Amino acid sequence: MTTQPTTTYLNVTHGLASWLLTKDHKRIGLLYLVVVSIAFALGGVFAGLIRLELLTPPGDMVTSDLYNRIFTMHGVAMVFFVLIPAVPAILGNFVLPLQLGAKDVAFPKLNLLSWYIFVIGFIFTAFAMVMGGVDTGWTFYTPYSTTASNSNVMAAGVGVFITGFSSILTGVNFMVTIHRMRAPGLTWFRLPLFVWALYATSLVQILGTPVVAITVLMVAMERGLGLGIFDPTLGGDPVLFQHLFWFYSHPAVYIMILPPMGAISECIACFSRKTVFGYSFVAFSSLSIAVFGFLVWAHHMFVAGISPYSAMVFSFLTFAVAIPSAVKTFNWTATLYRGAIWFKAPMMYVYGFLGLFLIGGLTGLFLASLGTDVHIHDTYFVVAHFHYIMVGGAIMGYLAGLHFWWPKMTGRMYSDGLAKVGAALIFIGFNLTFFPQFILGYMGMPRRYHMYPPEWEMLNVLSTGGAGILGIGYLLAVGALLWSLKYGAVAGDNPWHATGLEWTTQSPPLPENFVETPIVTEPAYNYAHREIKVV
Amino acid sequence: MQSGISFLPEQASTLAPRVDNLYFFIVAVTAFFALLVTVLVVYFAFKYHTDDPYAVGAPIHGSIPLELFWTAVPFVIAIFIFAWSTNVYFDIVRPPDQAMQVYSVGKRWMWKFQHPSGQREINELHVPVGRPVKVTFTSEDVLHDLFIPAFRVKADAIPGRYSTIWFTATQTGEYHLFCAEYCGTKHAGMIGRVIVMEETAYQAWLDTSQESSLAAQGQALYESLSCQSCHLNDGNGRGPALHGLFGSEVQLANGTTATVDEGYLRESILNSQMRVVAGYNPIMPTFQGLVDEDGMVGLIEYIKSLRTGPSSEGASASLPAEAGEPE
Ligand SMILES: [Cu+2]
Ligand SMILES: [Cu+2]
Repeated sequence: MTTQPTTTYLNVTHGLASWLLTKDHKRIGLLYLVVVSIAFALGGVFAGLIRLELLTPPGDMVTSDLYNRIFTMHGVAMVFFVLIPAVPAILGNFVLPLQLGAKDVAFPKLNLLSWYIFVIGFIFTAFAMVMGGVDTGWTFYTPYSTTASNSNVMAAGVGVFITGFSSILTGVNFMVTIHRMRAPGLTWFRLPLFVWALYATSLVQILGTPVVAITVLMVAMERGLGLGIFDPTLGGDPVLFQHLFWFYSHPAVYIMILPPMGAISECIACFSRKTVFGYSFVAFSSLSIAVFGFLVWAHHMFVAGISPYSAMVFSFLTFAVAIPSAVKTFNWTATLYRGAIWFKAPMMYVYGFLGLFLIGGLTGLFLASLGTDVHIHDTYFVVAHFHYIMVGGAIMGYLAGLHFWWPKMTGRMYSDGLAKVGAALIFIGFNLTFFPQFILGYMGMPRRYHMYPPEWEMLNVLSTGGAGILGIGYLLAVGALLWSLKYGAVAGDNPWHATGLEWTTQSPPLPENFVETPIVTEPAYNYAHREIKVV
Repeated sequence: MQSGISFLPEQASTLAPRVDNLYFFIVAVTAFFALLVTVLVVYFAFKYHTDDPYAVGAPIHGSIPLELFWTAVPFVIAIFIFAWSTNVYFDIVRPPDQAMQVYSVGKRWMWKFQHPSGQREINELHVPVGRPVKVTFTSEDVLHDLFIPAFRVKADAIPGRYSTIWFTATQTGEYHLFCAEYCGTKHAGMIGRVIVMEETAYQAWLDTSQESSLAAQGQALYESLSCQSCHLNDGNGRGPALHGLFGSEVQLANGTTATVDEGYLRESILNSQMRVVAGYNPIMPTFQGLVDEDGMVGLIEYIKSLRTGPSSEGASASLPAEAGEPE
């Protein structure tokens, strides 16, 4: 059994200041991990409260106003402070420079600034929650948010606005890093697919996030200064908000899902000991998703009074943007064919991801189709669909990546068995929670309802039961990881026998990552031709 | 309404089976692909499983023909679903010409309905079975959404403009009606019932109303606002004649044309400068604040009732005897 290396990025300096003033991308990744985990716990508690209220048909646990605040804060916490930053800011920060053979990101100080901006945004939003919360839904639709809501829209809006800059700066940082910091020999088509995914994501962050920032600013100007932008009584157009909001928020779905897809590609290649089938197709599918993702926003507005012809165009483009995701899925499946499949815990999460993302993606077809969307729009069908994509896809992908790189981050190995049980519980609990919601949605149960007709009780009970199992699964997974910090076996440099530069350095890595800059002479995932070092 | 566990809401309109057939087709397609991929990945996991961390997989890099194949197949299927679903959608959003008219206003947190005969109701909508019904509605405050699952129809209520849904109910009974766009505190309480009745029962229900017809109410408002002083019947007034105007196409001063529908009338009354008819000066004042949503539908029904061409009797536009439902 090997022992931990003597000098690592974790022990090179000590004390709170050494963390709060760090410019090391690895430490910054862990700083994000802390804040995002707090937001995830908060969002999870809100989710639990929602499911408890919906256990019975009448609104008997909390008041309507409180319920509306709970689901809004669940959405705000999860979307802006978990899903968007989780993979890029935690795993991306930690892994990207290592995968490129670089000492750090291109702008280390900017990277730390991004974290502070993120934290300030989070504090504003948390302040809005403590002061009584927000009740607009995470979508902040006008004119409700500008004229009717008497909750803390401004504070939450400012929080989201500020956080957006963190996302933009991280995008700029990563893009420059990928262009300028690749090790000698690491050409574009030798890059790990996680890097391609982060590149595509950076594109969306840089181009999309300013639009939501401007939109939030417009809401603030209308709410604060009475400027007529969205309020029809002031001559504004309430639907304009939806165009602007979804112009960002649809691509934001890809900020949430592309990086986890990249992590999935890494794990599949490693645990089937093969290169990813159709590497360049998977890489380009990320880019085409990022670009086409900007052209489909109005599919959220098919019943919002847009012209039937524009609805037709947006429906068509939505079908088109689904194709690259299908291509990715087929390529992942083909990668497994004739692989040497080593079924460790990260692979368990990969399988969970595949199952849930498949259902999430395929149910998107019902929403892209105009004829069915009219009926299921704003029902639990939509709620189930986007949870399959965002929790089933993005969070499963995040957990796959976290379990994959955990030994690199901490130098410790968690219990494989315990992690697998966690993954299985999450998968089962998730399906039990959200699959009944597809049926509820088609039955007609509208979303954001505090109470519902009694005939839907059975399916809601199933859903709430599933949420309990899901919660236990998450706790178990987190417990297994935390346990490993103290009691886990020493992981060694490359516990998965994986390719990729991040596995050529020690675990946890040196502060400067590599003793000397690596030189790359082979494509990514070159499992078939690598020299096998028997330790 | 339904009880027990079921997987479909009642099919109570002519549109419902059409939407459901499309739904079932997409279920079949997606289930096929979900099963295909699931079976493959699970099979591979067993077939190629190894506990030897030094084993390597076969040196397969990819296949252009396969990539093209699995790009093309989903694309073709997507085009097929797109064409089918767009066809259904156009039928959902385009009411038939002979549909009977109902008006509605959503406000926090209730739905008001008005029938052309003058009958008013709140959170309940009575309609006859077998006749196309068109609901024209707006919102008095924030966004709402009129959703009737059993009919598979839904549209947002947007303040400042009209939306429509239409349906032909196929079975009598009571069905849920929901607000599907989040609107604040009692959003989940902004619900009601659609009561589908036999034609005779519906007529009997209409007869219980003491109210005068919407068109008559509209005429009273029209005259109290002195609209007729400009909108002369002979077309020589300062505003266009209104007889036979509804449903026609008018030439606008800005060179385009407009179809005179509920939305155009509403806009012209509240914000007449937007689309002025060619040959007239933009002098009509705004009636914002003078005409509320109820008054608006009265005016619209009244203008709709002026079916005959310009009469020679001048401004004495009188209400046709059979006002209300144009058949
Ligand atoms: Cu979208
Ligand atoms: Cu409402």
